[in-house]
Amino acid sequence: MRADLTIIAEWIKPGSSILDLGCGDGTLLKHLREHQQVRGIGLEIDEHNIEVCLGNNLNIIQSDLNNGLQGYFSDNSFDYVIMSQTLQATVRPDRLIDEMLRVGKEGIVTFPNMAHWKGRIQLALGGYMPVTKSLPNRWYDTPNIHLCTVQDFEIFCRERGIKILERTFVDYTHSRSSLMMKLFPNLFSEIALYRFCRSN
Amino acid sequence: MPDSIPQDSVGIVATKTLHFSEPLQLECGKVLSEYDIAYETYGELNESGNNAILICHALSGDQHAAGYHSMEDRKPGWWDSSIGPGKPIDTNHFYVVCPNNLGSCKGSSGPNTKIPGTDKYWGPDFPIVTVRDWVNSQQRLMKELNIDHWCAVIGGSLGGMQVMQWSIDYPDLIKYALVIAAAPKLSAQNIAFNEVARQAIMSDPDFHEGHYLENHSIPRRGLMLARMLGHITYLSDDSMREKFGRELREGHLSFGFDVDFQVESYLRYQGKSFVDRFDANSYLLMTKALDYFDPAKEYDHDLAATFSKATAKFMVMSFTSDWRFAPERSREIVKALLDAGKQVSYVEIKAQHGHDAFLIPIPHYMNVFHSYMKSIREAIQ
Repeated sequence: MRADLTIIAEWIKPGSSILDLGCGDGTLLKHLREHQQVRGIGLEIDEHNIEVCLGNNLNIIQSDLNNGLQGYFSDNSFDYVIMSQTLQATVRPDRLIDEMLRVGKEGIVTFPNMAHWKGRIQLALGGYMPVTKSLPNRWYDTPNIHLCTVQDFEIFCRERGIKILERTFVDYTHSRSSLMMKLFPNLFSEIALYRFCRSN
Repeated sequence: MPDSIPQDSVGIVATKTLHFSEPLQLECGKVLSEYDIAYETYGELNESGNNAILICHALSGDQHAAGYHSMEDRKPGWWDSSIGPGKPIDTNHFYVVCPNNLGSCKGSSGPNTKIPGTDKYWGPDFPIVTVRDWVNSQQRLMKELNIDHWCAVIGGSLGGMQVMQWSIDYPDLIKYALVIAAAPKLSAQNIAFNEVARQAIMSDPDFHEGHYLENHSIPRRGLMLARMLGHITYLSDDSMREKFGRELREGHLSFGFDVDFQVESYLRYQGKSFVDRFDANSYLLMTKALDYFDPAKEYDHDLAATFSKATAKFMVMSFTSDWRFAPERSREIVKALLDAGKQVSYVEIKAQHGHDAFLIPIPHYMNVFHSYMKSIREAIQ
């Protein structure tokens, strides 16, 4: 399993309920069901991923996250709502995070940090849009239309009354974070992971 | 006619009929004192008896869901695309039962059969049957076939409505519910189309208030019109454009009221061939069963509460170009199931074939169907 998913799995209490937005082939859902007795539902748009999830006996709702949650879930119906490596590819990340905290008690997101030093050098000295291991696409074909930095995300949370419960920073291989990442996450982390809830 | 039976076909099959003499109380208040149910089965019931699947048919469907009745058959059963060895409903693993609904006209008791103990056709006097009545009769059939539960109940359109009713009325007897291209109840527009179809039949001079069999006539024009209208609602604008466009049958306009366009010729053909295989009174009954279906009305129109007792795992599928029972209608079902805390998966298949798409082996649809049925197989092992 991808290392970021391992970190997310560690954050989730056994026996809880989760909604996985953009669940891909269902790796996390399957892992959580088998090892942590977690009840889960996934939302996914890709046809092949949906077929794989169904073959693994996962509950999947075919849905385009850009249409929000389409009124599917009532308030507070999940312990966690997860969105890994998807936030930056949605049309309105802010509205989706609102929805996450409406239907879930806690939200978990992971996203590539646009302010990593390699990207900064490419833009500052090279003068072109960064292409890095965690952001491999060119400007014209990238699905990542709403990239942000660690700092952007934390400012967003402050402004929206969102309380950060836990955060971890890793490199593009999603291996554990280094001391530099801990000290200067906005400069050294390639992938950021956050667990958060409403502050009131 | 098949030259040879395809490898993935259930092969040559025959309809069986069971007689039931225990009276069946109907929702309309009347009682069917005795009745027949015609049905077909494919595959074998396994030793643990946990691989039986019930297929519920739609408006003009019947018990002949798969395979051929003889080598002279032009076409296989109506859902041959999905039932057979290696197909989504894999008869190497599942025991499939498909009954003909009461009130229909393919061997089960209905308007074109005789009133027990008399030499008279039921005709228009056959009681109005509902989706719930069908489910009750299917449960009797299940007992008679020594099946103690359905591993899955599967149906499209009106068949999907029976699946929902099963999950609500007999929660302990159904493990998986596959609801395909259905709706939780008909819209005013759906009912309107049904009413025009019924009026077409009833205003035909050959209808004789439903007693046409005694009068040795058939309301051909009415039934044909009803089918033509129905057929338009089964296709999509896109699929009609693709299939027919504005192509002319004779290559030029006739400046008359005969067939000019291919689509007219197609509809007339569909209508005419339907008259030879379907009974007008049955058409009236089946459309009424559709109109009346509304399981939530007993639960203060709260669909989530309606499903509260259901224990089955649900799979809901819809098709993007279906405007008869559009994806929004399936999403209503999904939302209610989620609100009721049920296990549900939902897939919206991209298809341009309209409502008929559920009968067509669209690759993603077949893959989804395969994957889901495979997970059922693994779960019952």
